[in-house]
Amino acid sequence: MHPLVEYDCLTRRKLLTGTAGGIGLAALLSLLKQDRALADVPAALTFAPKAKRCICLFMEGGPSQFDLFANKPKLTELAGQKAPPSLLDGKRFAFISKDAVLLAPNAKRTFKQHGQSGLWFSELLPNVAQHADKICMLNAVTSNQFNHNPAQLVVQAGHNLPGYPSMGSWLNYGLGSENQNLPGYMVLSSAAYISGGVALWSSGFVPSVHSGVLLQPKGDPILNLQPPPGISAAVERDRLDALAELNAAHKQKMMDPEIQTRIENYELSFRMQTEAPELTDLSQESQATLDRYGANRVDPPATFALSNRKPAAGFYANFARQCLLARRMVEKGVRFVNVFSGSWDQHGGLSNEITHLAGGVDQPIAALISDLSERGLLDETLVIWMTEFGRTPLGQTSESADGRDHHPDAFNIFMVGGGIKGGVSHGKTDDIGWSPTENATDIADVHATILRLFGIDHMLLSYPYRGVEQRLTPLTRVSKVIDEIVA
Amino acid sequence: MVWMQRACALALAAQSLWLGGCSDQTATGRSGPAGGGLMGVATGGGAGLATGGAAGNSGAGGAGGAALPADDVPVDFFLDIQPILNDYCVRCHGGVRELPLAPRIPLNLQSRAEAAHVLGQAGVPETSILYAKVMADDPNVRMPLGQQALPADKLNKLRRWLFQGAPWPEQWSFAKVTDRLPSEVSVKDEAWIRSPVDRFISHRLSEQNVTPSPLADATTLIRRVSLDLIGLLPTPSEVDAFVGDASPSAYETVVDRLLASPHFGERWGRHWLDLARYSDSDGYEKDRPRPNAWRWRDWVFDSFNQDQGFDQFTIEQIAGDLLPGATPVQVLATGFHRNTLVNREGGIDPEEDRSKRIIDRAATVAEAWLGLTLGCTQCHSHPYDNIKQQEFYKLVAFFNNADDSVKGQDTADPNVDAGELFSVPSTADGQGPMVSAYVLKERAQERRPNYLFIRGDFLDPDKTQALVPGTPAVLPPLSVRGTEPDRLDLARWLVAPENPLTPRVFVNTVWYHLFGQGLVTSLDDFGARAQYPAYPELLDWLAADFVKNGWKRKRLIKEVVMSSTYRQSSVLRTDVPSDPQNAYLYRQNRLRVEAELVPDIALGAAGLLSPKVGGPSVFPPLPPELKDLVRGAFGNFEWLDTEGEDRYRRGAYTFHKRLAIYPNLDVFDWPSASVSTTGRTRANTPLQALATLHDTQFIEAAQGLGRRVQQEKPGSLHDQLVLAFRLATARAPDDNELSKLEALFAKEQAHFAADTAAATAVIGKFMPQGAVADAAAWVITASTILNLDEVLNRE
Repeated sequence: MHPLVEYDCLTRRKLLTGTAGGIGLAALLSLLKQDRALADVPAALTFAPKAKRCICLFMEGGPSQFDLFANKPKLTELAGQKAPPSLLDGKRFAFISKDAVLLAPNAKRTFKQHGQSGLWFSELLPNVAQHADKICMLNAVTSNQFNHNPAQLVVQAGHNLPGYPSMGSWLNYGLGSENQNLPGYMVLSSAAYISGGVALWSSGFVPSVHSGVLLQPKGDPILNLQPPPGISAAVERDRLDALAELNAAHKQKMMDPEIQTRIENYELSFRMQTEAPELTDLSQESQATLDRYGANRVDPPATFALSNRKPAAGFYANFARQCLLARRMVEKGVRFVNVFSGSWDQHGGLSNEITHLAGGVDQPIAALISDLSERGLLDETLVIWMTEFGRTPLGQTSESADGRDHHPDAFNIFMVGGGIKGGVSHGKTDDIGWSPTENATDIADVHATILRLFGIDHMLLSYPYRGVEQRLTPLTRVSKVIDEIVA
Repeated sequence: MVWMQRACALALAAQSLWLGGCSDQTATGRSGPAGGGLMGVATGGGAGLATGGAAGNSGAGGAGGAALPADDVPVDFFLDIQPILNDYCVRCHGGVRELPLAPRIPLNLQSRAEAAHVLGQAGVPETSILYAKVMADDPNVRMPLGQQALPADKLNKLRRWLFQGAPWPEQWSFAKVTDRLPSEVSVKDEAWIRSPVDRFISHRLSEQNVTPSPLADATTLIRRVSLDLIGLLPTPSEVDAFVGDASPSAYETVVDRLLASPHFGERWGRHWLDLARYSDSDGYEKDRPRPNAWRWRDWVFDSFNQDQGFDQFTIEQIAGDLLPGATPVQVLATGFHRNTLVNREGGIDPEEDRSKRIIDRAATVAEAWLGLTLGCTQCHSHPYDNIKQQEFYKLVAFFNNADDSVKGQDTADPNVDAGELFSVPSTADGQGPMVSAYVLKERAQERRPNYLFIRGDFLDPDKTQALVPGTPAVLPPLSVRGTEPDRLDLARWLVAPENPLTPRVFVNTVWYHLFGQGLVTSLDDFGARAQYPAYPELLDWLAADFVKNGWKRKRLIKEVVMSSTYRQSSVLRTDVPSDPQNAYLYRQNRLRVEAELVPDIALGAAGLLSPKVGGPSVFPPLPPELKDLVRGAFGNFEWLDTEGEDRYRRGAYTFHKRLAIYPNLDVFDWPSASVSTTGRTRANTPLQALATLHDTQFIEAAQGLGRRVQQEKPGSLHDQLVLAFRLATARAPDDNELSKLEALFAKEQAHFAADTAAATAVIGKFMPQGAVADAAAWVITASTILNLDEVLNRE
């Protein structure tokens, strides 16, 4: 192959790598075929893919596992006592002074086992609990970051600094988009604030076409999506046709593959104009579906502690609609959807606030699982409920036990569908939920497992940057797929 | 943000890496997909999914490979060895690293002394532990752990290096600038030499048997140099004058005109604003506006326009207030340091925020002037460079007694705290009524002691040792005027003739802005992790020449743009597969223009762009659905679209709100200004297309361009199209382009003739003189021209 053609085609392959099963943008496909760039089946697709799409439900702030999943009667028994020094040695906290605080009870919650599998849930997640036998609960996930921003970056992108591709970007980069009319990575948020910011859905050093696109809460779902008044779709098409021809001619002169990228971006922008409004138009959903998700729910009254971030008014309806939108997106082949809610950062006011927040997310998440399942989408759609860390068994202060500090040593993530085993409880922690005692799960192992569900060897999905083959999992240690939880 | 209130050590560690611009994550002008090109071709596996490991592994044993150089064939530490250490080793073995590995690995590859115990005996590479580790068969033992074995050529280089006694010279960038004269550099093609710069390039290219590209045609060249020097397109008459000027000095005449333009300061001053993390707002969650920040910004633009020496430019920004008999304008220059973020969140510990600001100031000075990323040294000694944590805090100490608060009266503005302002003359020449600005003032009494913060925690100062301000020992010594070093000493040290970094870093940045890549590609890192420059002697000559000639920026820029190297065509070439990234500059680079230039070009072509230089920042039209977002959670700010001339000011004057960056600029990678930005990314995304096709700003530009050409060339569609094309691209369209645009126009004309309502909507506020359908068809045609890839690129 001519070196420049090779260069050009490699560049475009990077833009949209075709896949064994799914296909990149159709417009590019013929070009790629001409270039014979699809001849080599990507070597990293070592396994048969089980998942094709992913919905990540991200609970921003770090919800208390002691109020949701972790039934720890011993903690209640020891309430008010100081933690044993052996636990505290070498530990650092964001806010609390470790010798001043006491173990806090979680007796306010009623925990029950659910389903055949007997997974534990508190009364705050009654609807999600109904899906116990579909859920794989990781009880002892560990991270090494205990402040929000870096911890969120680690969970979403594998590194504690901004500038690395997020999970959704990696998946799109490796597998391409299944829908030629929409971005492969979309972001929805009903969170009051997202500490990690746009870096959580950025493409980092992989081509920015794989960046997540944040849907606008008002107006066009995507900023400037529609032409201004007077410019019809036909006129827009004329304009783009002329542009494509003129740009293609100029590319022949300059030989710059970036021009091809721009041509494709203009085409994608046009297709998005039709597809995105259809996507976000919930009037096509039945009343029963809307009700099932709780799309018209009204927020119950709730007071948040002054220092805490209360979600904007309409949280209950917004989160429900976003879960429904996420389903519509994966239905259309969007590869990765990130849905943010929060803030779940309760250093104080924990009991009331988590009740309010869990009430907002429980019904929609359960509805999403049921809906995907009934539509036959759950087998190929991985749903991940995740967060940046858990919270301490210690109360926030000696005066107020109704708040907990950040705790990355042992926290919960759960997954459903997409080739994950249901009804599985993986990993155990000690009696007060301080440290893992069995199957501690490095967050990077979760990443390796997620890629594995998509048929990808995490060691081989890489991108050369700054002289190193970078990947989602750390270069400094060997991550492993959690085989026990893969169906 | 609750989490920020009392962040402990690790929080600060992460924060500092972020604020300090750690080399691991700082983008330096990567151009989207093309950025990976070199790797893609060189490894043959650059596509999304890396190809299997067979090829990589076969190197380990070396069996069956091509003959590799013998052990006594010389290796170059910087060219051959340091890149291997950087790429494969120091991520884990680079001194103090937050590693999840336990116990901490007792190996530090930042200097020979610390690595000596793994290097073995000269002449016997087999005695080296390092060598044994990279050669191991067992993947649980072999380094780099969890990765494929090093390729055979790299193993061979390591082996030869160890065999030759593992020489480990001083970091090249910290060594004295060498001054090899261009006249000593032999070249084969003297006719190609138009600037001393060319001798270095020509010499190297002919060594590699690569011919330089032909010179760009005159139209491309004047467009390029106009965009590079003033950020504006040449007018058709400027193009005609240049193309028609057959004299040998024609190009120089253009360059001199551009360097003398007041827009030169806007263009080059804006580059400096990136480094200075300039913004019109505070940042953090309150993100309050800074209505007077622009006064410092205008000072920067003036400084470039007046061609102030970079030495004086430096001294005034670092310590203008300490100069004997400092003028108010010299004090204004210290506003550089007032660009730090300020957290005004309720309940914030003011001392914590002040600590962050002075740490950021020291880190930014190190990055902008010295090309050192010292953010990490806030918590621990530098992982790669020989700079200790204590030395960083000695640098911070220079700023510890410089207060933000000085006397000032401008309390009329509800957004500004009284006492944070300083009065300066409203004009650059020191005349005019006094106005307010943000500056530094050194405190005379109640001076704060200087301590190192243990693990970067301001609550944990190391009070066993009060620190005296100072500079890193690895660099030349500081001259001190008084009893204790002060900021003025620091300022003068930065531009002392013996400082090896400041001139290298600055000329490299200038090079970056003229080629889209630095001679040292890591613009913000001249430490051990720096890429060794493709042209080290050129870098040093430029640096030495710059200093020798009074640190004059215009002279430096002229020297580069006059070169044949700069004037080459940017057409991609097929005949240099060994260097697809053009590291050796056998052509110019084709670059998407920076964010501000995108509206500048469109509004300029339309004849709408205001030529006004300086003044308060402006508020171009913002989509209504974003008003809430920009207002923020605290209702302290309202984006009121500016009307009249100020609606169409250059992009550089757009109000920069840290938490809600103006979307048309944001989508083209305008910096967020949280940290010093040395090189911008150049993304290429569908959201950019949506902005330039649909956003009000660009629609108004299309309306304006359509109206303009109809007015200037009445009656002839052909002439109108040629003019519109020239206004947007500088060149005339070819026949193919012309016929496509004619066809488009005709089609839209017919469409709008049948739909007057649509036509009227499209025309907007610019009422046509002729037929409504013509005017509307022109808006569509003009918009198409303004969206051409060529318009968005500097070729």
